[in-house]
Amino acid sequence: MAVAAGKRKAPFKETNRVIRPGETYGGIDDAVLTPVLAPLTKTPVWWWIGFTISAAVLLVYLVSVVKLITTGIGIFGNNIPVAWGMPIINFVWWIGIGHAGTLISAALLLFRQPWRTTVNRFAEAMTIFAVVCAGLYPILHLGRPWVFYWLVPYPNTFGLWPQFRSPLDWDFFAIGTYFTISAVFWFIGLIPDLATLRDRAKTKAQQLLYGLLALGWNGSAKAWQRYQRAYLLLAAVSFPLVLSVHSTIAMDFAAAQLPGWNNTIMPPYFVAGAVFAGFAMVLILAVPLRKAFGLEHLVTLRHLDNASKLMLATGMIVVYGYFIEIFTAWYSGVEFERYMIWNRMFGDHAVFFWALIFCNFVAIQPLWFRKVRQSPWALFFIAIIVSVGMWLERFVIFVVSLTKDFLISSWADYVSTVWDWSLFIGSLGLFSTLFFLFIRLLPSIATAETKETAYHDHHHGSDAFEHARLEYFHAEETA
Amino acid sequence: MSSATLARTASAPDLHGLVAQFDSVEAIREASTRVRDAGYTKIDAYTPFPVEGLDLDLGMKPTRLGWVVLIMGITGGLGGFFMQWYANTTHYPLVSGGKPLNSWPNWIVIMYECTILFAGLTAAIVMLVRNGLPRPYHPIFNTPGFANAMRDRFFLCIEARDPKFDLDSTRAFLEGLSPLVISEVEK
Repeated sequence: MAVAAGKRKAPFKETNRVIRPGETYGGIDDAVLTPVLAPLTKTPVWWWIGFTISAAVLLVYLVSVVKLITTGIGIFGNNIPVAWGMPIINFVWWIGIGHAGTLISAALLLFRQPWRTTVNRFAEAMTIFAVVCAGLYPILHLGRPWVFYWLVPYPNTFGLWPQFRSPLDWDFFAIGTYFTISAVFWFIGLIPDLATLRDRAKTKAQQLLYGLLALGWNGSAKAWQRYQRAYLLLAAVSFPLVLSVHSTIAMDFAAAQLPGWNNTIMPPYFVAGAVFAGFAMVLILAVPLRKAFGLEHLVTLRHLDNASKLMLATGMIVVYGYFIEIFTAWYSGVEFERYMIWNRMFGDHAVFFWALIFCNFVAIQPLWFRKVRQSPWALFFIAIIVSVGMWLERFVIFVVSLTKDFLISSWADYVSTVWDWSLFIGSLGLFSTLFFLFIRLLPSIATAETKETAYHDHHHGSDAFEHARLEYFHAEETA
Repeated sequence: MSSATLARTASAPDLHGLVAQFDSVEAIREASTRVRDAGYTKIDAYTPFPVEGLDLDLGMKPTRLGWVVLIMGITGGLGGFFMQWYANTTHYPLVSGGKPLNSWPNWIVIMYECTILFAGLTAAIVMLVRNGLPRPYHPIFNTPGFANAMRDRFFLCIEARDPKFDLDSTRAFLEGLSPLVISEVEK
């Protein structure tokens, strides 16, 4: 399997620790960086297969975009009353996926969770690529995407400004800032690793590429001091940022009067849903990645266990949100609200609601058991189910609410078109193409930070919880 | 003063400094403390990952980056407010939803995002600029074996411009710290 990762010595025994004991600094470098610097001919077969499929799906995206721009947004199934159809479902779905990456890189850094170090890099890459896929949706949906810069407040000859009182304009600022800060955070985190790659590069092209990107980083103590402070500050601003982004998106809906949208629980409930979907995507990416590159000693069962615990916790918050929506509709006494819930559960689209309950509530219940949380492929399949579930959730909230609002005379159904689907499937291709390029050209694990973890593991035992747990179980056995 | 010393003094401008190589965090921290205690000031250490406390061992002052970021964050927030205030009350007064022209609660989200954008970009850019990056060339890269500085080796440099620097005595002093290698590094 792992051709470029070099020959693996002994069959690897999975570990529950944050990092396998006895890792050396050089060993971490070799495990992570060797596949990155391997010559083109040594690229593993699985990479070529994955990349080719992704690029083919990306073509579907490009064709759809060309069709969309040349024909107009009439190719989508959206119409009145369902003016927000699949484009916005997919936009919210993608942006939600991004949130786990920022949460891992920022929140877990601030909370000093040592397990973040080996998963943050590819989770951040996932964030950026997901935000790219998400951000393109509203732009393409503008109808005239080439004038998207009208959303930016700049001095213009029209003498006009964007509508600053509209949540849709808040969205523009939130997503623009989110993309910029995530990309900067990611790049700053990459600099030391790029310097390591520069020093190990074998060919002229690699030396030039990584040499330019590393910006001349030399790891001086003063540089590290400022670097760490900057990294911490970026984390400190990213953490509230990620909460604000999905809250703002939730306000696009909550600020409207529509039954099913006009709900004060929307912002926190959307944030929880985003993190839920994001951790599902982290697992979808982590399980094959650690296997393919033979990185099980760095991305250990502990990481999968923790990520699935977070998925379970946020999933249950989302389920609480479903319950509160139903309760509020009943408690409000508003007939339109009550009908909206009834329509969701027993109306024309009831199958989507119950499928969503299955995916987001029933399917995550096995995660209460450690055995499930530590079996990678079980997690992989649960995570896929959750991703589907989160898509269904947006469908139910956005589309089903819109089909039947206040006046029966304005009710109408929603039918998606083939272009709705080709653009969505194509965006999956865009995401996976970017991700395949990333794992080939850049280190998927932050080596400098992992070395720090290894150092702490050698000298202090980075795993206070693990020690306490082992001591506890040991005491129990002897008693 | 012997002629040998004179010759070295003449060649001193070409010398970046003396660099000692170590192989562990403990060794570099110990060496850094002793170099600082010996009164050297133009010193720096190069490590593959951030070593906690090394900046203090080397006698470095804490960075003031946080203050710059705070000021720029506040500037961003106020800038976001005044942009919207100016646009909606002065430049193009527009009543929307029956709200007053200065309907500031509507502007909080954009103010907030501007705060974060300014603060985050400031943190990144000021860090790079203060570290002198991007700068492809640095004399320290001439150190033999420095290719491992980002892998698993730790380097300590006493620069030639240090007032206490003297090739012979400084080298003898560094040897007392039992490094793996000591090298004279040119500019």
